[in-house]
Amino acid sequence: MKIDRRSFLSFTIGGAAGTALSPLPWKLTDDMAIWTQMWPWTPVPEKGEVTYVKSACTLCPGGCGISVRKVDDRIVKIEGLKGHPVNDGSLCILGLAGAQLLYGPRRVKAPMKKINGKFREVSWEQALDEISKTLADLRSKGEPHTVACIADSDRGTVPELLNRFLRVYGSRNFIRTPSIQDSYELTLNLMQGVRAMAGFDVNNADYVLSFGSGILDGWGSPVHMFKAHSLWREHGGKLIQIEPRLSSTAAKSDSWIPINPGTEGTLALGIAHVMIKESLYDNDFIDNYSTGFHEWKRHIIDGYNPEIVGKVTGVAPSTIVGLASSFARARKPLAVCGRGKGLTPGSLKEFMAVHTLNAMVGNIGKEGGIWAVPEPEYIEWPELEMDQTASIGTQQHRADGAGSSLYPQARYLLNRLPETMNASSTYKLIQVLFVAGANPVYSMPGSADIKEAFEKIPLVVSFSSYMDETAQMADLILPNHTFLERYEDVPAAAGYNRPVINLARPVVEPRFNTMHTGDVIIRLARALGGTIAKALPWESYEACLEEMMGDRWDTLVEEGYWTNTDFAAPQWSEAFETASGKFEFVNKEISSLARYSPVKPEGDEAAYPLILIPFDTMRLWNGYIGDPQFVIKSVPDTVLKKNDVLVEVNPATAKSIGLRDGAYAVLSTPKGKARVKVHFYEGVMPGLVALPRGLGHSAYENNLAGKGINFNELVGPFDDAATGHDAAWGIRAKLAKA
Amino acid sequence: MKHEKAKKFGMVIDLDKCTGCGSCMVACMAENNVPFREDETDKLLSVAWMRVYKLTNGKPFPDADICYLPRPCQHCEGHHGHSPCVSVCPATATDYDTRTGIVSQIYARCFGCRYCMAACPYHVRLFNWYDPVWPDGMEQSLNPDVSVRMRGVVEKCSFCIQRYQMAKDRAYMEGREDIEEEDYQTACTQACPADAITFGDLNNPHHKVHQLARPDHRNGGKPRAKNLFRLLERLGTNPKVYYKSSREWVRNLGDNHDAIQEKA
Repeated sequence: MKIDRRSFLSFTIGGAAGTALSPLPWKLTDDMAIWTQMWPWTPVPEKGEVTYVKSACTLCPGGCGISVRKVDDRIVKIEGLKGHPVNDGSLCILGLAGAQLLYGPRRVKAPMKKINGKFREVSWEQALDEISKTLADLRSKGEPHTVACIADSDRGTVPELLNRFLRVYGSRNFIRTPSIQDSYELTLNLMQGVRAMAGFDVNNADYVLSFGSGILDGWGSPVHMFKAHSLWREHGGKLIQIEPRLSSTAAKSDSWIPINPGTEGTLALGIAHVMIKESLYDNDFIDNYSTGFHEWKRHIIDGYNPEIVGKVTGVAPSTIVGLASSFARARKPLAVCGRGKGLTPGSLKEFMAVHTLNAMVGNIGKEGGIWAVPEPEYIEWPELEMDQTASIGTQQHRADGAGSSLYPQARYLLNRLPETMNASSTYKLIQVLFVAGANPVYSMPGSADIKEAFEKIPLVVSFSSYMDETAQMADLILPNHTFLERYEDVPAAAGYNRPVINLARPVVEPRFNTMHTGDVIIRLARALGGTIAKALPWESYEACLEEMMGDRWDTLVEEGYWTNTDFAAPQWSEAFETASGKFEFVNKEISSLARYSPVKPEGDEAAYPLILIPFDTMRLWNGYIGDPQFVIKSVPDTVLKKNDVLVEVNPATAKSIGLRDGAYAVLSTPKGKARVKVHFYEGVMPGLVALPRGLGHSAYENNLAGKGINFNELVGPFDDAATGHDAAWGIRAKLAKA
Repeated sequence: MKHEKAKKFGMVIDLDKCTGCGSCMVACMAENNVPFREDETDKLLSVAWMRVYKLTNGKPFPDADICYLPRPCQHCEGHHGHSPCVSVCPATATDYDTRTGIVSQIYARCFGCRYCMAACPYHVRLFNWYDPVWPDGMEQSLNPDVSVRMRGVVEKCSFCIQRYQMAKDRAYMEGREDIEEEDYQTACTQACPADAITFGDLNNPHHKVHQLARPDHRNGGKPRAKNLFRLLERLGTNPKVYYKSSREWVRNLGDNHDAIQEKA
């Protein structure tokens, strides 16, 4: 057969058309998909019975209720608990990723002992034996006061057990990690005479004046704050954000007022000045329920007129007058403070300045105002029976200097500990340190000093469920169950204005060879015997918890939380437990504290012309918990790019140094140096460099470790003159071409 | 079950309420078995069905302003179900369901040509360049109601269709003819701490989403409510995600191809 051009073309085209009309191409594409994609290593999650378990999230002090979705005995999803007074069905980014903390590779799977710098698995018996021997030794040497404990909270049965154990053992060194709670507690204590937590009736407030509080960046109970903000949007409530950087909170506010960093307290007093001058205050409250107003007033009138305040803060005098007027004239005004997420206690006098604004508008204990939420009263244990060693030990000074003649007001001063410890080279201030639910090596400012101090402690015991920076430095790790594997009461939600107790419960069986920290303490007490064993007589932590909860237990198990819906703030006539029985603008104790003045950043202006400030976001967590995989994944590439952190700089500032957007630069402060990338951001005040907190981990899996830098390595603590708490909000810095 | 009226599931996202916290992103990842890698900072390679963009108004300090914009799949209807991605798929791996208005994605059919990614004006479609890996037993938290995707396929937001199927099953078991508004809510809607996302049937005048958007179905679903807009409205994609913002510059950016946007 002859193949000419014509028949060749007909055959080819005809063949192609025929094939195209046949099912072959479609079958082939389908098969191709199957051949190239059905890999046996792609997991197929197993089906099973679906159940929901009510529990509590403990990952931040927010106090949210959770509903955990299980398929057989696997946790597949964590959701918010519907009807919960704090978060009603919603949940924050960290809580949603909680299952990754249970199943992820950062878990410590068994008790570990560091031998020649390497962790080896040991048995629980061996670990507990070792600790109880060391503890018994110290007691016999008469040095029980050299034992200390750092925890992230002092409320709830586990912190109280730790504290009780230390006391009866002979040490006062229970230390809570710092936060704005320290300053708010003292403010309420000094001005209102109460021992209470500050709660904010944000749902009902209609004009919120925020002095740098990251209300939408993780301040207080994050989900509760978000919900309140949405209510303001619906009902016309206003949010005024005062801070040097356009944060998420500032962006969502009705008015963003950039301010020179660190001068927020001055602005508060400037606003107070205008309110006094224009008689814009609640006469009933001032006349009948407060004292010292007239004395305090004189000092404000003299020192804080809008012109002076304008110069210090950089806020125009007319704006100050406008703020005072709209704040005082609002129906339910509320002033809040504590920068960012509220991780730094800050200057007490600044908190008191802001609190006087609340007092002047008479919102204390009122709808939409600031409430004093009493400490949970359910933990009632018999008076401690102390032996002689314990009595002598507890008469010693606290290792951190809290409550000393220098800082009589402070209850805990973790920030002062490294300096004290590093100053003395021989004297052993702390010989055994327990760390529970905290990661101070990462989260405290002045990382280098903290590490040096930790190295001096002969025995550091970490209770962490995760191999975090502090656990890495420990000599022994006694891993706790994660919050999804254990019982624990979570009393009071940060910044929430009513008492609430959540119950975390074992949603799944412990995955690894871990032990509840409460049980560890009870077992240690038993091993030490005598008065110590008597003080902690429970069979197990669970038995202790159930006993403490009493008739609340059934509600807690049933609902996952307990709340006192009838709780109301007391009337002004009964609210104040000061000497005068009134709100005190001035009293002997307040007058004895150093006067308010803005905290200056550390460093020499000539060598460090810029100022470095940290910023917080919901997508970067910087307390005990570091970002799980999903959360770090959500971080924008304008914050983290590969392993480089981007610092926010105003383009005008960057150009004056000759830095381009995205360029590498060296950021140096009096405390340290780091290589960073520059990100142009018009939302940051010229002259500032803003660095996100929550990066720069050396611990955890590779999703987080080694990415960015830790702000705490570039900054040191600055002692507040009034309290000794850390009041540093930033540090002087230099940015140079890399 | 009786023949039911066609539904049109959609969303209204209130940008005045959205705080950019990222809960929606993580709720979605956890619900839909979205994988993660050690480095997720190259956002072109990072698989996230829901992505929160940060918009800036471009003004200098102190007039600078930012706004967050969560962006799930827009589930475009186009004209009579001709959404941009559906029209180009050679493998019939993506389809427009006229009963629900949901644009589906069938992973087992997709062979990774990525035409749909090129066609989608919203960048909602993502390609799996890598094998998904759940280290150290993390696959235990995988949701059995959603298939795990393999390397080489395109994936995208499904409006949590598994939740719709379960809601229908539950209604059937309980002898109800139809599902209620709260029976079917997407994971992002449920999680949003700011209650910024409203989800429901745009065809049902009793649903909140309909009342908020007041879609003009005779006019390509355009919102009639004040301050509402859809992304790239002028392309005629007829998407089912509506945005609400009281800020004019945000609404303007919503239809601007050259917007100054930062990937989040």
